[in-house]
Amino acid sequence: MSQATILTVQNLRKYFPIGNGHLFRPSDKQVHAVDDVSFYLEKGEVLAVVGESGCGKSTLALTLLGLEKPTAGQIFFDGKEVTNLNRADLKIMRRHIQMIFQDPYESLNPLMTVGEIVAEPLVVHGLATRKNERTARVQKALEEAGLNPVDSYINRRPHELSGGQRQRVVIASALVLEPSLLLADEPVSMLDVSIRAEILNLLIDLRAKRGISILFITHDLSTVASFADRVAVMYLGRIVEIGAVADVLQDPQHPYTKALLSVVPVANPRLRHERIILQGETPNPIDVPTGCRFHPRCPIAIEACQRIDPPFVEIRNGQRAACIRIGEPTT
Amino acid sequence: MPQNNFWQSFFRNRMGVIGFVMLAIAVAVAIFAPLIAPYDPNTTVRVTIDNIYSPPSAQNWLGTDDAGKDVLTNLIYGARVSLIVGFFASFISLVIGGTIGLVAGFYGGRVENVLMRLTDILLVIPDLPLLIVLIALLGRGMPILIFVIGILGWTGTARVVRSQTLSVRERKFVQRARAIGAGNLYIIRRHIFPLVFPLMLVNAVLVISAAILNESTLAFLGLGDPTRLSWGQMLNFAFSRGAMSAGAWWSLVPPGLAIIWVVLGLTLLGNGLERVFNPRLEMHHLAIGDEMVARPPQVVGPVAVAAVGKTVGE
Repeated sequence: MSQATILTVQNLRKYFPIGNGHLFRPSDKQVHAVDDVSFYLEKGEVLAVVGESGCGKSTLALTLLGLEKPTAGQIFFDGKEVTNLNRADLKIMRRHIQMIFQDPYESLNPLMTVGEIVAEPLVVHGLATRKNERTARVQKALEEAGLNPVDSYINRRPHELSGGQRQRVVIASALVLEPSLLLADEPVSMLDVSIRAEILNLLIDLRAKRGISILFITHDLSTVASFADRVAVMYLGRIVEIGAVADVLQDPQHPYTKALLSVVPVANPRLRHERIILQGETPNPIDVPTGCRFHPRCPIAIEACQRIDPPFVEIRNGQRAACIRIGEPTT
Repeated sequence: MPQNNFWQSFFRNRMGVIGFVMLAIAVAVAIFAPLIAPYDPNTTVRVTIDNIYSPPSAQNWLGTDDAGKDVLTNLIYGARVSLIVGFFASFISLVIGGTIGLVAGFYGGRVENVLMRLTDILLVIPDLPLLIVLIALLGRGMPILIFVIGILGWTGTARVVRSQTLSVRERKFVQRARAIGAGNLYIIRRHIFPLVFPLMLVNAVLVISAAILNESTLAFLGLGDPTRLSWGQMLNFAFSRGAMSAGAWWSLVPPGLAIIWVVLGLTLLGNGLERVFNPRLEMHHLAIGDEMVARPPQVVGPVAVAAVGKTVGE
């Protein structure tokens, strides 16, 4: 763990028990939402976490924030362990980690004004208690989030704003505490395509200006290339491949990453390439397949894949993939 | 919900407006009782054979009661007792029911289980016997009456508030507030309560009408505040002091109608508000809604009883 690391996650697991079971015998079935995930995030870095819906991306973010208690594993933030903090320490930590939620239509209280929403983190943490100081910080955050002129927005309510403007309000309220880490859970997936680029550019600017670190959760590989430094591909609660964006996108190692990349639309229609269409659906995370969890859908699975849970293989400077067939001449 | 939208859809609902007007008249009568009432209710009347249950006349529009007092005056002052007990008792019910509903809905788990089973138990115990027992234990008098009716009338509110809290709790802005670092109390106060409050208001109207009915029932049974004449007490006096055998319908019918007037007004108002705040209800009854209100005999009975939910003495 170097000095420049802001977030380190080691063997993080989050299982949800399902069903009520009996009164005296709790259900032993569990959803393996996050299953043995390890990664790190450097200061000022953008790490994209990519995966299908239901692969545990959002649970990962919630667990990092302490909104869900991890079942096992450790989380270090800024060099300190934050895995199981008490309520007071958790509150202090949340001053430095802010989250942007997926749905800007639902994540704003319809009865509050934009000014109240953006000021809320300050109120909760008892910061900037003087009125003009608070107003100044709210205005600064709104400006940074690109809601200009600020005065025309500050007294409006969410239903008077468009989706893109709402997401800017969400971002402003995340910025008002000047956090060092931003967890962005699919911040653009609910927005029109024309507005997505604006919001992404806004995040890129923030990172350039503030040196803010961003964990960017998405299911859309095409936004990753333009935005992230490194990318982690998740499948069924586990990271199957991680590495620098250029390495992973140009030379994917894991068959799942390859399949994902092969179906990203390419602008040039003459540039034909083979698409790998995965068979079947994501297995249910209650009964995780034995061995490699990807083997039932893997195009190159062999018999050994049913038995061996593949360890990470180091490919090149930090790119790692979990597949036992890496390095074989045929793949 | 935006303000003008609310009034628009409320006024589109004719029955709700009628209920509102009926209630407003009753409240006005209670407030301005000294100005409206033809006599002072506390003056002593020299009782003669002529003014015991004397029929309606120019001096006494609604006749006199067994003590020679003006029925209209009693009726007008009786509105005060009924409404005061109704409003204050329902306020107690709302505070208790609202708190229990919010806490149960928000915290869930074991807390919810305990609180909701408690609510269920209270819900299935017949109100009237419990009211009578409590009054017998605690004594009579208006504050006790308010207290007893109040602490027994919160079950419906608790259920309604809990279910609304359950749905608001799951909304994303609550999770966002948590992510910011907000505590439970802050979230309840700032994010949940404001969204549950309109529903409590609607519920309040129905709770008030139930409280008024409860007060009338208790007073009719002779358990009211003996120093203050309420509508239920007027019925009690008329019933126990020979109005029936004297054929003095004028001392029985007016208080009965007054109770129906207020309870019906509140029920109509409550249903009207409910439609505004719960648009799903309106869509559901769109086809038959107007037909139903066009036939008064079918409406008055079942609506009043059904909406109050737990009427006493059934």
